[in-house]
Amino acid sequence: MLKKISFTVNGKEVSLEVNPGETLLEVLRKRLGYTGVKKGCAVGECGACTVLIDGTPTDSCIYLAVWADGKEIITIEGIAEDGKLSKVQEAFVEEGAVQCGFCTPGLVLTTTAMVQSGKKYTREEIKRELSGHFCRCTGYQNIIKAVEKSLED
Amino acid sequence: MTVNVVGKRVKRVDAVAKVTGKAKYTDDFMERDMLVGKILRSPYAHAIVKKIDVSKAKALPGVEAVLTYKDVPDNKYATAGHPYSLDPKHRDREDRTILTKKARFVGDEIAAVVATDDLTAEKALKLIDVEYEVLEPVLTPEDALKENAPLIHEEYDNNIISDFGYQIGDVEESFKESDYIFEDEFETSIVQHCHLENHISYAYVDADDRIVIVSSTQIPHICRRIVGQALGIPWGRIRVIKPYIGGGFGNKQDVCLEPLNAALTLAVGGRPVKIDLSREECMIATRTRHAFKYKFKTGVSKDGKLIATHITAISNNGAYASHGHSIAMSAGTKFRPLYSFKSIKFDPVTVYTNLPAAGAMRAYGVPQIKFALESHMENIARKLNMDPIEFRRRNLLGEGYVDPLNGNKVLSCGIHECIAKGKELINWDEKKEKYKNQTGIKRRGLGMACFSYASGTHPVGLELAGARIVLNQDGSVQLQIGATEIGQGSDTVFAQMVAEVLGIPVDMVHVVSTQDTDISPFDTGAYASRQTYVTGMAVKKAALEIKEKILNFVWGMTDIPAEALDIEDANIVYKHSGEVVMPLSKVAMQTYYDTVFAKPITSDTSNNARVNAMSFGVTFAEVEVDIKTGKIEVVEIFNVHDSGKIINPQLAEGQVHGGVSMGIGYALSEEMLFDEKTGKPLNNNLLDYKLPTIMDTPDIGVAFVETHDPTGPFGNKSLGEPPAISPAPAIRNAVLDATGVAFDRIPMTPQRVFEKFKEAKLV
Ligand code: FES
Ligand code: FES
Repeated sequence: MLKKISFTVNGKEVSLEVNPGETLLEVLRKRLGYTGVKKGCAVGECGACTVLIDGTPTDSCIYLAVWADGKEIITIEGIAEDGKLSKVQEAFVEEGAVQCGFCTPGLVLTTTAMVQSGKKYTREEIKRELSGHFCRCTGYQNIIKAVEKSLED
Repeated sequence: MTVNVVGKRVKRVDAVAKVTGKAKYTDDFMERDMLVGKILRSPYAHAIVKKIDVSKAKALPGVEAVLTYKDVPDNKYATAGHPYSLDPKHRDREDRTILTKKARFVGDEIAAVVATDDLTAEKALKLIDVEYEVLEPVLTPEDALKENAPLIHEEYDNNIISDFGYQIGDVEESFKESDYIFEDEFETSIVQHCHLENHISYAYVDADDRIVIVSSTQIPHICRRIVGQALGIPWGRIRVIKPYIGGGFGNKQDVCLEPLNAALTLAVGGRPVKIDLSREECMIATRTRHAFKYKFKTGVSKDGKLIATHITAISNNGAYASHGHSIAMSAGTKFRPLYSFKSIKFDPVTVYTNLPAAGAMRAYGVPQIKFALESHMENIARKLNMDPIEFRRRNLLGEGYVDPLNGNKVLSCGIHECIAKGKELINWDEKKEKYKNQTGIKRRGLGMACFSYASGTHPVGLELAGARIVLNQDGSVQLQIGATEIGQGSDTVFAQMVAEVLGIPVDMVHVVSTQDTDISPFDTGAYASRQTYVTGMAVKKAALEIKEKILNFVWGMTDIPAEALDIEDANIVYKHSGEVVMPLSKVAMQTYYDTVFAKPITSDTSNNARVNAMSFGVTFAEVEVDIKTGKIEVVEIFNVHDSGKIINPQLAEGQVHGGVSMGIGYALSEEMLFDEKTGKPLNNNLLDYKLPTIMDTPDIGVAFVETHDPTGPFGNKSLGEPPAISPAPAIRNAVLDATGVAFDRIPMTPQRVFEKFKEAKLV
């Protein structure tokens, strides 16, 4: 029982037939080759698989592909424009917020959504926004700095 | 050699690849027709397979192979990521087979299937009929040590992996000279690495009939050897490739999936098969950190001098030996360069239980012993009515210490300076005064704890590291190392080292990050905080050789003696004046295309380190304890390290941040729980296992005391693991300071804290 869905990934239109049980994570990684989307748990606990769905950071491992019909998806591959790092990516590099890098795509996307929201965040609010992301390498210190830097005008 | 790049906050060489999603990890490579391998795990902690019927599973469409213990070689092998030893007595205990007839923990590997997709593989697992004879599980080391305890491995007489220890001096005699004897007992829990990328590998047989394994491993060269041993095939028939990996922390210093993965591809005619563990599997079926029970009996003089200590330790190794007794011995060794004792007796025993196998985890047994020892020191200081810092200071060893058992010599030691710096950073004296007489519900306290550590494993293990450099036509170089980047930043510091020696910018050093045992120089891999120290020396040697060859080549071109030349900013210059002779790129082109003298410049070196530098450090912590709820909040925490020369402060700080956060989890929340009767895991997922989130992590202060160790390639010493050592005892000591309650067990979860407060009549 395949279902045909259409959505955009990083601005590119995609139409394909998916199984009703397939997650967006599987479709993005295995069918479309967006391997920058990471899998750390597959059950919504770690945030590694975060993508932006209509601008909202979402765990793609617990989001069914069929729900993505008609949506705009942004993955980490869609963040750098014309090969130029975005402000958020730049900040993650500058502040040393990357170690093994497995949590990084998800964190860059959530931070990107925060920047796009145009809101101001206190340090506590930043922490709350990022609390769905585990990082075992950095103790979050430089990640917070990178996010603060991303949010600077 | 002028220092331009070493010591600078150079950006990670892999940062851009990682923020753009381009960095490829094991699961990101697409093989055509990749099959799925899945493992049937025992539901019992201790059981024997009486009957196993795989016919229904095999008949399921989409199933390509089903393997049980009957279908794999029954070679016993050891999985620990240690260098091979030519001396059989020095090898790890070989107690594994690829699949097992006897289940030794809940999750043990009984059978495996290969299928076209995940769902079919899952279905096939359910169709395997197994009849078990359930045995009595042995779930605590105490039970395992009982006479007549059920044997976990029948081929041994008891459940003891080893009880080898040591004695320096004569503790009984020394106790007689002591004015006081203090005794304490401590306990640590089983915790897990929780690297964000689970264990994963895939394997296929290539056109030359060789088995290729792509794996998330810290130790590709060791992995190749162990797969060869497990399958009983020549090691050269195996090729291991290690791409980027999503963290390891020691858990990938062990060979968990690859032998089975090789067997699975062989079972399907060499087609590619992937094993991708779920988080739930990864948390029980890879490795954990050993839980320890420590007893200390320590003799002290009136004026606060340590005289003797007798340490008894029980190490809970779980179902298979893995790193086994090496963990206890590492603990018993690495604390020695810190405090002066006239005599030490170390009596450890490492015991099998029917729990997941414990292995290497960041700082390899030392967080456990330092939790115990630094808590013990604090208790003693209080009983002597001495300032805990002064008490420690009085007993520090420092430079010149030669370890009586392994001969390692302390050639640099900044522990006094570390303590002074930490004390100042946390504002110790002032706060101590302020928190003196607290009575409220929320109470604050200060604590500290020190550590010593080693750089690599010499002389216990062979410390071999290879490096290879090729000069390209444009004057840039490729650096190949067998050492692995696992997130800690080794690729970047190696690039800095090469740039430093060669006088070229870092971006002209192209580090080949992927290790491929067919191509990469031999190196045993990422563990024991060895790479910057041991591999760093190989990299330095290779770069020096390249430089010498370049300058000699220029001598040939110009008749300016090599000694009169240097390289600066990618130019050949006169050493005395800095005047540019010619760009390096011009020399490089000549080395490739000069019709008479062309000879591309390369170097291929290795370093067999027979030195070991001791690193030191301290944690200072301030906590606020809520007496009513038992919640402990770390208000401030500082780690101060003597890791010798810091090659890259930004990366070094990052290592400390990560280690301290792991230490905070160790102190306050992390613990793997098992059903006391059945041994079933209760929290093997990231929801129920309490890994620190961003909300739980305070600001982490970092400082370095930069000594210069003459044995390090640039004066540097270990840094990767040490930050995880001392946070837990510092936090424990701060809680004692705040409340007067002396905890002897971690993690100090609110539940446990509350119960202890009730006992102490605080609530
Ligand atoms: S993989 Fe989706 S939250 Fe962990
Ligand atoms: S950088 Fe490794 S998990 Fe965050």
